[in-house]
Amino acid sequence: MDTLTESPLVPRTDTLLDVRDLHVEFRTRDGIAKAVNGVSYAVARGETLAVLGESGSGKSVTVQAVMGILDSPPGFVTRGEILFRGENLLTMPADQRRKVRGAKMAMIFQDALSALNPVLTVGYQLGEMFVVHRGMSRRDARAMAVELMDRVRIPAARQRVGDYPHQFSGGMRQRIMIAMAMALEPDLIIADEPTTALDVTVQAQVMDLLAELRQEMGMGLILITHDLGVVADVADRIAVMYAGRIVETAPVHDIYRAPAHPYTKGLLESIPRLDRKGKELYAIRGLPPSLTDVPPGCAFNPRCPMARERCRTEVPPLYRVTAERGSACHYWEECVGDD
Amino acid sequence: MTTDRRGAREPILQVKGLVKHFPLTRGVLFRKQVGAVRAVDGVDFDLYPGETLGVVGESGCGKSTVARVLMNLEPPTSGRVLYKGEDITRLSGPALKAVRRNIQMVFQDPYTSLNPRMTVGDIVGEPFDIHPEVAPRGDRRRRVRELLDVVGLNPEYVNRYPHQFSGGQRQRIGIARGLALNPEIIICDEPVSALDVSVQAQVVNLMERLQREFGLAYVFIAHDLSIVRHICDRVAVMYLGRIVETGGDAQIYEHPTHPYTQALLSAVPVPDPDARGGRDRILLTGDVPSPAAVPSGCRFRTRCWKAEPRCEERMPELAVPRAFRDSGTPAEHPSACHFAQERVRVLPGEEPVN
Repeated sequence: MDTLTESPLVPRTDTLLDVRDLHVEFRTRDGIAKAVNGVSYAVARGETLAVLGESGSGKSVTVQAVMGILDSPPGFVTRGEILFRGENLLTMPADQRRKVRGAKMAMIFQDALSALNPVLTVGYQLGEMFVVHRGMSRRDARAMAVELMDRVRIPAARQRVGDYPHQFSGGMRQRIMIAMAMALEPDLIIADEPTTALDVTVQAQVMDLLAELRQEMGMGLILITHDLGVVADVADRIAVMYAGRIVETAPVHDIYRAPAHPYTKGLLESIPRLDRKGKELYAIRGLPPSLTDVPPGCAFNPRCPMARERCRTEVPPLYRVTAERGSACHYWEECVGDD
Repeated sequence: MTTDRRGAREPILQVKGLVKHFPLTRGVLFRKQVGAVRAVDGVDFDLYPGETLGVVGESGCGKSTVARVLMNLEPPTSGRVLYKGEDITRLSGPALKAVRRNIQMVFQDPYTSLNPRMTVGDIVGEPFDIHPEVAPRGDRRRRVRELLDVVGLNPEYVNRYPHQFSGGQRQRIGIARGLALNPEIIICDEPVSALDVSVQAQVVNLMERLQREFGLAYVFIAHDLSIVRHICDRVAVMYLGRIVETGGDAQIYEHPTHPYTQALLSAVPVPDPDARGGRDRILLTGDVPSPAAVPSGCRFRTRCWKAEPRCEERMPELAVPRAFRDSGTPAEHPSACHFAQERVRVLPGEEPVN
């Protein structure tokens, strides 16, 4: 069978970020936790890639490695390449990498309250981007901050530019985070659970804003999330992670229509739906594995309804399902087929 | 199903005119009240035996405060909570203890709601110390093992500590403890929102199974509208301390008449990329006002696209809107809006089933 050894589904043109065979481990007192075990994905300009996974799947650790903000020690990148516009970030000198980060790629964190500095005004923090990266004067930087706040639709930006983060609501703080990420018009934005802490009506506002700005500026977006609803709303492609690996990757429509991995399938079946009243929910049995003790063979095999002998011994590679799809299941054909 | 249940029996729990204000004070030596956080501001509902009532709303709407008052953890500012006709907010001593046996709670965060220094056996068995009549001393160990088995945990784990369990397992421990005294009502405050998707389904299924087996009535407080639809027979939607709309699950989800409910439902992302853009999305502007400065009249008017001067002057009552009274349609349910209107196609996907 055909397998995908290279970065799966390398976008046709204009690849921004190309992560290849990334391995990250945490060396802790309780042993080595293998958080990321050979992850490859790529994002092109103007494209939204959603990385879907539950806690401990390695989805956040992967982007921390990309941004170079991994806690090290205990975290170490042990293998792989992270290519940004063809240049390997991992071998780049630190000061050069710092220039890429911030100006070319930026990150939006889940918890805006702890990501912003509580003792500095938002205007100062937004303006700092321009002072540091563009050498602007404080005064010009402040004007830019007001403009940015307008752009993310914070009402009365001119009056509020001198306010501190705690004076804003959760949704407004997340807008400030977005403004900060957009400040230098980066090529790539990584958003790690950007709306998880927000209420649903505010979540909708923030996601819409993000999608709009992304389109306007033609950026690439990596959206890290556990919410299958948000993914369906905004993503072009999905990478589903489990125990530090990508188990399935596909264009968004394909995956919802016919998942090619039993884990994806289980996830889709286990969420209650707003638009219909179901009977009993399908529940994936058991628990996600501990990363210090990942099962041999396919990491999902102890919870998989389709598992057989081969799954317990042989780690499945990412099989090619179609030109644009990959599944790390020995029996993906059965999985797609029995729908 | 809902009507059968309601017609056949008396409500087990009635909440009438419930108000909970937290005073805002100023001054250290001479404290004077300068205002109040109106967390709950006039809530009424009934709970029938064996049913699940969902209470949904965004953060700050007062849903958790309702839970705390129902549990008698906070005295209400005014209003009554009747358990089988008896006002529990006025009880104390043995009478309160007896009532509490029948109303138990499951908390949101399984990481902080279990004492890390107690074994699972002690946590689940602790209610028996307070209510020894439920299980005689010699029988406790057996009862605890039985409870663990009921919630799907290995009874051999009685001597382990909470940190040795995953989030989903801890929530099962919390549920086992809630069940220990054979209660009739369980108040669940966001019981699955801290859990991963694949584990959430396990816990939801467990709660449904327990309800069938033990005839439990749940008050299910959550912000996740999809889960509430799945588990609840009836739903109450809260906004800034009041219920704005209430009805059976299909009435609320498929025939909402209050603009807030409509906006809330339309904002939920649905896991179906084909539905993208195919639905009637209502984007609310602004944030929920502070409960310390509640708008006059209708509380939702500051974010409502239908607001008119009347909404500022008169607070709409929670009642069946005149337009739908005796209409016999699913839109005939209480909705606190002067301009209540049915809106179909709030949800994407297939046509509503029945």
